[in-house]
Amino acid sequence: MEVVPDYIYPDREIDRAEGQVINDLKANSQPVIPDSDAWLDAELKQNILLTSVDTMIDWAQRSSLWTAICFPACCAFEFIAANGPRFDLSRFGMEILRASPRQADLMITAGTLTWKMAPNVKRIYEQMAEPKWVIAMGACAISGGIFASGYNVVPGYNHIIPVDVYVPGCPPRPEGLIYGIQMLQKKIAKKSLFHKEKA
Amino acid sequence: MAIKTEPFVLNIGPVHPSTHGVFRMRATLDGEVVLDIEPVIGYLHRGIEKLAEQRTFTGFIPLTDRLDYISSMSNNMAYCMAVEKLAGVKVPERAQYLRVIIAEMQRIANHLIANGSFLNDCGAYFTPFLYMFREREKVVDLFEMLSGQRLTYNFMRIGGLSQDIPDEFLPALRRFLDKMPAFIDEYDRLLKENEVLLARTRGVGIITAEKALNCSISGPVLRSTGYSWDLRKADPYLLYDRFNFDVPVGMQGDCYDRFRVRMEEMRQSVRIIEQALKDLPLKGAVRADVPQRLHPPKGEAYAHIESPKGELGFHVVSDNSIAPYRVHIRPTSLLNLTALREMVRGWKVADLIVIFGSIDICLGEVDR
Amino acid sequence: MTIALSGTELGKRLAEKFPGSIVESIPDCLLVNPSLLPEVAGFLKDIPDLDFNYLNYITSVDYYEYFEVIYRLTSTKYNHSIVLKARCYDRENPVLPSVTELWQGANFQEREIYDLMGIRFEGHPNLKRLLLWDGFAGHPLRKDYL
Repeated sequence: MEVVPDYIYPDREIDRAEGQVINDLKANSQPVIPDSDAWLDAELKQNILLTSVDTMIDWAQRSSLWTAICFPACCAFEFIAANGPRFDLSRFGMEILRASPRQADLMITAGTLTWKMAPNVKRIYEQMAEPKWVIAMGACAISGGIFASGYNVVPGYNHIIPVDVYVPGCPPRPEGLIYGIQMLQKKIAKKSLFHKEKA
Repeated sequence: MAIKTEPFVLNIGPVHPSTHGVFRMRATLDGEVVLDIEPVIGYLHRGIEKLAEQRTFTGFIPLTDRLDYISSMSNNMAYCMAVEKLAGVKVPERAQYLRVIIAEMQRIANHLIANGSFLNDCGAYFTPFLYMFREREKVVDLFEMLSGQRLTYNFMRIGGLSQDIPDEFLPALRRFLDKMPAFIDEYDRLLKENEVLLARTRGVGIITAEKALNCSISGPVLRSTGYSWDLRKADPYLLYDRFNFDVPVGMQGDCYDRFRVRMEEMRQSVRIIEQALKDLPLKGAVRADVPQRLHPPKGEAYAHIESPKGELGFHVVSDNSIAPYRVHIRPTSLLNLTALREMVRGWKVADLIVIFGSIDICLGEVDR
Repeated sequence: MTIALSGTELGKRLAEKFPGSIVESIPDCLLVNPSLLPEVAGFLKDIPDLDFNYLNYITSVDYYEYFEVIYRLTSTKYNHSIVLKARCYDRENPVLPSVTELWQGANFQEREIYDLMGIRFEGHPNLKRLLLWDGFAGHPLRKDYL
């Protein structure tokens, strides 16, 4: 191999383009995105019977949640601990971590979201195949936590992507996370496949 | 005959299983050979140094937890030592012994994660990592006994500790210490002469001592080059001059040496804790009398400790108000990355991941 | 124990070698004239009986009237240390010479100071924002940034 004489400093154009993307996102994502599944409770109050196809599909989806890797900060270690030998998340059929978002249907957002990171998280979410869910893990993911007043911190993932379940704590204990996942599984169980056609 | 190829740019990260968080590299490759990389960081930049200016001296301690979140106790301690130096607070002896014990336990916990994730990067997907997590859980349990938290402890205070240790802590620590050397032996048996590990890490990512010093590298990465520079010996803080321990050094500064140095440091940590437990005063205050609203005199102070990753320091400037005027964190992980470019040039992409993993960085500290 | 060298003695020696380089020398630190900073730093690094081969850190403080950049140097051979300081009085366009040529460890730290404090380092090989992105308005660690 030839030795390259000096470092290759990449083009500044990439930096400018990336900075522009961040600035655009920051300007356009101030309102909180509502949970897209907020209709669930209202629908159940109307007492609509779920078909057996729904039950089957929901059972399959909730029993094999695969997680996309999106671990910016501290909460990641509590997630790994939950995955680890002691708390053993695989009891609930979801120990598999997927590096590729295309193979995942659950995003556990473990850690503070900064504006610089926000376009990447948005892109990961968009790359995940439907149906997909998001668990906001920890205080930073819910509201920015103790960093909420920082100049580079997004006050909650729900400014960027819709969130299904919020797990509080800084960081939440593994038991708390497992409870949050069970809540999500209950939520999936209520979901009706034919909702969108009806609405 | 060599085929003429065009260099191209490969983007690795910020979300990648081997980047230990949100680190990103723009790698310029020629085929599979790394010509150059450019680290792009800041994806976890939370502005902790700015937030410090809006808080009281004590109120900043919880934020230090979230710097290097794998070794929160060391961060707490370094910051408290800087403020103690600034305000001239004398820490009681019992608190100093407990700080030594806690710091060394934290070193064990950190090195378990560092080596576990390093082996992850070598391709042993999660098996050694889970082995090491098993022992880390034991340390975390002990810390939970002290502080009630599993990851962000917020246990140190300016002038000592936030509270005395509970009665059941020392027997539990005793049990842990009795078992730990056997666990380290187990890792050694599995890994020390493992053919695959040796092939992947021996002679990979070599850095010389001169280069490492020039790049402000510290901690196990510096010691793996064979240069014995440990702040516990070179600039003893707390009570480290009272204990007997060796500073493990490597042979040539490759990835395997960094792995070995961490393994040996865990043994030395056990040794230090044993000695500290023997001398620990059974009674006494664990916290000096420090006013609730501390305002240190005008001035500045820098205190550094040998954190598990290297020299961690806090430069605190006070203007005699209750909030720090400026807090600068000497980021060990960031400075250890300085030489990454030199270390990876000419290696394959797969080695790039191994070399990066062997440095043991924590993104919370790199970006702050 | 790392010995903190007395700034007054070292300052006398440096003032003889480089006239006008030392603005003020007090026991804690040396206040260096920014224009002669690379010469002074190079002298401290290369002279055998001082041998400051390790740059602990660089940081910057905003004092409203001026920016102060602090360099802490250590010799791992003799185990002694010294603190250098340089001041920039120009608030609009503060410039300091870079020491990256001498200690590569300064590379990221100077970029960080450029990013967060807005001090430009002349002679830095790749001076651009480190933690924030291109196009971020302002420099957050300045005291007038809200």
